[in-house]
Amino acid sequence: MSRLLMTGNAAAAWGARLAGVEYVPAFPITPQTEIIEMLAGWCERGEMSARLTMYESEHSMVTGAASAAATGVRTFTATSSQGLLYAMEMVFAAPGWRAPFVLVNVSRALASPITLEPDHTDVLAARDSGFIQIHCATCQEVLDSVLIAYRLAEHPRVRLPVLVNQDGFHLSFTREPVDLPEEARVRAFLPPFDAHQAGFRASRPVSQVVAVLGGSPYSYFRYQVHLAQREALDVYDELAAEFAAAFGRHHGAIETYRCDDAEVVFVLIGSLAGQAKQAADRLREAGLKVGVVRPRLLRPYPASALRAALRGKQAVAVVDQNLSMGSGGVLYAELAGALQGCEYMPLLVSFIGGLGGRDIGDAEFFAMANEARDAARRREVPEPRLLYTARELRELRKLQAIAGTGGVQEETR
Amino acid sequence: MKTAANILGDALFATGYEVQDAPRYGAERRGAPMFAYVRAADRTIVERGAIVTPDLVVVADAGLLGIPAAGVMQGASEATWLFVNSTEPAQAIRAQWRYPGQVVSWPAGFTPPAMHNAAATSASCAGAAARMLGVIARETFESALIAQSTGRSAGAIETTRSQGLAAFDAMGGVDRCVPEGGEHPATPPASPDWIELGADDAALAAPDIYAQATSEQARTGLWRSHRPVIDYEHCNRCSWVCSTLCPDSAIRVDEDRTPRIHYDHCKGCMVCVLVCPAHAIRQVSEQAAQAQEIEP
Ligand code: SF4
Ligand code: SF4
Repeated sequence: MSRLLMTGNAAAAWGARLAGVEYVPAFPITPQTEIIEMLAGWCERGEMSARLTMYESEHSMVTGAASAAATGVRTFTATSSQGLLYAMEMVFAAPGWRAPFVLVNVSRALASPITLEPDHTDVLAARDSGFIQIHCATCQEVLDSVLIAYRLAEHPRVRLPVLVNQDGFHLSFTREPVDLPEEARVRAFLPPFDAHQAGFRASRPVSQVVAVLGGSPYSYFRYQVHLAQREALDVYDELAAEFAAAFGRHHGAIETYRCDDAEVVFVLIGSLAGQAKQAADRLREAGLKVGVVRPRLLRPYPASALRAALRGKQAVAVVDQNLSMGSGGVLYAELAGALQGCEYMPLLVSFIGGLGGRDIGDAEFFAMANEARDAARRREVPEPRLLYTARELRELRKLQAIAGTGGVQEETR
Repeated sequence: MKTAANILGDALFATGYEVQDAPRYGAERRGAPMFAYVRAADRTIVERGAIVTPDLVVVADAGLLGIPAAGVMQGASEATWLFVNSTEPAQAIRAQWRYPGQVVSWPAGFTPPAMHNAAATSASCAGAAARMLGVIARETFESALIAQSTGRSAGAIETTRSQGLAAFDAMGGVDRCVPEGGEHPATPPASPDWIELGADDAALAAPDIYAQATSEQARTGLWRSHRPVIDYEHCNRCSWVCSTLCPDSAIRVDEDRTPRIHYDHCKGCMVCVLVCPAHAIRQVSEQAAQAQEIEP
């Protein structure tokens, strides 16, 4: 094992390499491109025996990935943002094929307007597809999650594609120390893909994913994907324990930080967890007991683990780095659903922040924790809040003044 | 600057620190300011993204000091050291930009590499920063320079190595001037001035530009690394080739058919240089052209 400085993109590429993937359908998009550049370089120099094929779009790329996986080939692919959306038809089709492969998504906010920086609205658009979703907070986690993801995807009780998510820039382009496990130890944890009954063999014909079906058989097959996801919760816990025994790093379905005695808890996903943990430390110095809960698995949704972690807390500040237009934060709504009807559950306060990579500073974490605590004391759920300051609006108004106001009168705004 | 951050990151990591380094940029185009952050600590680094209160700011392009949107001095205080890749005396820079902290530039007699040589500039800026931090051994820094040039030609590796080390050696006078940053301030941060964002009229809330010719205000000429210069003695006043083919419409033609390049908006693509049938347009280095303008 060696410890190296590497980006999240390099960690994803190393994950694929160490997993011994055989096929890499690819299409470039910022900020994911470095992943396929690294894999292409290794394939070209013979350092990796996989076949990498550049497709003409993400839609065909995911079709290629699912098809290869369905024939029993260990397959890796990666995309981001608009690319994930472009592939979306096949992202929803592949889980129904029960095709096990790993797709790394590098989160980047969606158009319009366009940005290169991260938020999670892209990956949450794939939330209901049937893909398992693992969300990473460090570069190490990206590498480790790719390895765990193959075990999970190929597990006979699961057999579904897995999406491993990392944030653009904050992970994808950020170098930090990563333990690179030895190949032999990875192979012991993750043996070659045994496709069982999937895959093609001479003299054993199989027709996969047949026909147009009516509602009744359709319901059966769709619900089987859902049930396989629910199975994946238990399987994931077993794999995380096995991974921890092999490599000394435990990546649970949820991560909890200083939660045992916490009064107020931040719930969020992805690399924002770092700032939240730092804020929790500082808030504790200032006298407020704060913790952090970060779901790593978002599909399947680890509802009972979340209930166990949050039972008895006063308040939760849910920080959604995404926006479901016309509703609000996705994590908030899902958590409210999970806690509904349970006793001793905290009051939930919704914050929308970090859209399009907008920074969230210490001051805002302090204010969120205080607002959540005050709301719990008043027993009143406040309106969801967008993290947006008067100064930001002033700067925006300056830009709008340059752009012209489209006939909107000064006094109406 | 991404490379400079990687060199510094490698060197700090090899010295035994926990390290995080990351670039940040918007649309990938020439002339857009880009940033890179380096954090080093003796414990696991959990925060990421922009460094709000830096201990050291390294500015590779002194021109950015004058562009407020670049935000070079954001978060700087009396405790923040500023290194500027410039041969102007540090005190003059400090006075001109009213910088609150200490400023360092190249010592008299040191010639930094030309700015358009990005690799050498990165190496020398990293060298200055490494010396100012003063915790990195010369050999460690040298290895980092070489590691970050992997895959380039032997000549390019040697340039990076020698430029980086020359900078490292030249900055002996400010060895270890930047002290290790303390922990965060003890007082809780001030409350953010959050507002409730209201719904605007859709005409305003759509990301549309109604005003005419707003591009006039964006001085895209700042992106230029090379400048086209018309030699009017050889220009045969064809009056249309360069002005029609300039992708930025930055060449206008006077009544008397004389072409004029609008340097505020010429991005320096050199299309006009290639297409002029009379070979009357020359390509000159922007840096050299500007230096001439200042001291004719
Ligand atoms: S260099 Fe390019 S942008 Fe500038 S005047 Fe010539 S053609 Fe136009
Ligand atoms: S293309 Fe050349 S000859 Fe024609 S107007 Fe331009 S500079 Fe003069």
